[in-house]
Amino acid sequence: MFARHEGPARTRGYTSAMPDATLHPADEQAQHTDDALVEDELLVEEISIDGMCGVY
Amino acid sequence: MRSGAETGRSGAETGRSATTTDPAGTETGAGFDPARPYEVDPQVAIRPEPFGALAYHYGNRRLTFLRDDTLVAVVRDLGAHPSVDDALDAAGVQPGRRPAFRTALRSLSESEVIRAR
Amino acid sequence: MPAERLTDELKRGLDAPICLTWEITYGCNLACVHCLSSSGRRDPRELDTAEAMAVIDELQALQVFYVNIGGGEPTIRPDFFDLVDYSVAHGVGVKFSTNGTTMTPQRARRLTASDYVDVQISIDGATAATNDAVRGDGSYAAARRAMDHLAEAGFGPFKISVVITRHNVEELDALESIADGYGAQLRLTRLRPSGRGADTWNELHPTAEQQRRLYHWLVGRPGVLTGDSFFHLSALGEALPGLNLCGAGRVVCLIDPVGDVYACPFVLHEQFRAGSVRDPGGFAHVWRASDLFLELRAPGSAGACSSCGSFDACQGGCMAAKFFTGLPLDGPDPECVLGHGETALRAIAAGSAPAPGPGHSVPVPLGRRMLAAK
Repeated sequence: MFARHEGPARTRGYTSAMPDATLHPADEQAQHTDDALVEDELLVEEISIDGMCGVY
Repeated sequence: MRSGAETGRSGAETGRSATTTDPAGTETGAGFDPARPYEVDPQVAIRPEPFGALAYHYGNRRLTFLRDDTLVAVVRDLGAHPSVDDALDAAGVQPGRRPAFRTALRSLSESEVIRAR
Repeated sequence: MPAERLTDELKRGLDAPICLTWEITYGCNLACVHCLSSSGRRDPRELDTAEAMAVIDELQALQVFYVNIGGGEPTIRPDFFDLVDYSVAHGVGVKFSTNGTTMTPQRARRLTASDYVDVQISIDGATAATNDAVRGDGSYAAARRAMDHLAEAGFGPFKISVVITRHNVEELDALESIADGYGAQLRLTRLRPSGRGADTWNELHPTAEQQRRLYHWLVGRPGVLTGDSFFHLSALGEALPGLNLCGAGRVVCLIDPVGDVYACPFVLHEQFRAGSVRDPGGFAHVWRASDLFLELRAPGSAGACSSCGSFDACQGGCMAAKFFTGLPLDGPDPECVLGHGETALRAIAAGSAPAPGPGHSVPVPLGRRMLAAK
């Protein structure tokens, strides 16, 4: 993964989330222990309204 | 309609997160308390998208991508619950996901997408 | 659930633009040498007030949050304020880009009264000498007066927008000082070889070394806006703020003064024209169903860049820069930071680059001062 997707420079609300909310409880526990291996995901990303190319 | 203590145009339309303009975190959001009731800021529009939703604050020009449908449902429903935690309960957010959701909601509070009511 | 990168989802396009550029007139009282829209004379087929308001109605229905109004010089339209007011009243925030020549104190006060209108003043240098060489005699003074009027009216942070050229890249600190002095936001954007820019790009575009300096200057200044126009520089290291991808036809587009819809303001050429707001189904139909936009939203390949480890960072750069320098769209950007663009340009036959459309330039009188070489 490229740093630009995860770094603090362009995102807020950096957070970890389980990849699948419909997992069974046992699986959830297994996922917890694997948290270090599961890539942190972002539930919220902020971008400047000026941050889209093709607008002058 | 001006939002909070800022004029619309002095909202954080910077290239990066507002922490560069609010390093001490003393503005709205630092006091985020999931035991209190919240609501979507009236200057915010939420537009559904395949990935969740876009939230745009017309006053401070900030644009936020909500990347989870459950989070979107929680945000939309905040005004109907006596606390954020209650809204999370109602949406069926599992305990293991609560920290992630609270972090996301705290950042939404900091960017004024949601506010205490 | 974020199963993939947000940018990958955005590349597939959205049901509506997030924001877009709307050039409301080709008329302009200046004649900048690099004008992306080759503006000057109004076009007799320009959308009239009713048609323009119908466009705003469509943008409202689509929940477009924000429109960037430009031109030409948008304020020369007699209905300019009517359109701005109508847009704000219908839920579409407005930023308009102006050369400042029409900014009277009264207009500055009128703009101050609205919370949902942003103003962007264009200059291309920190001094009259640098600026006026590109934008014409007196243009710098007029722009500074406009800024003064906005400041006096208590407008708050307006934007100062600068197109980076070989000559003003030495003035970045001075430009920052000007912005700081007004409490304004500095915005630096990339020069594309579009419109009249096609004629002057070779002389005006920054050198590779200047691009590197610009990149490092920007990395240290998160408060400087860029319109995400330097995403091709992301191959140099940490990405600059923004989506870091070409938004054309995916999250943004252009509506031109006669109602034509293009992928972006920098590709005013038939090959990038998606349709017209005057077509049945209006703007919404063009956005959602035009062949061009569907093609832009289809997964692309890295093409000639596939063996380069930086493609994921730079996305192959800017479509407009490639198109108007005659480079293939599935290859490197002419300003590729690794030099692949320069290599590719050497293989291009002279004169083979597509010409910009006929444009609306005012014919240049004989004896006009030409751009001075530095």
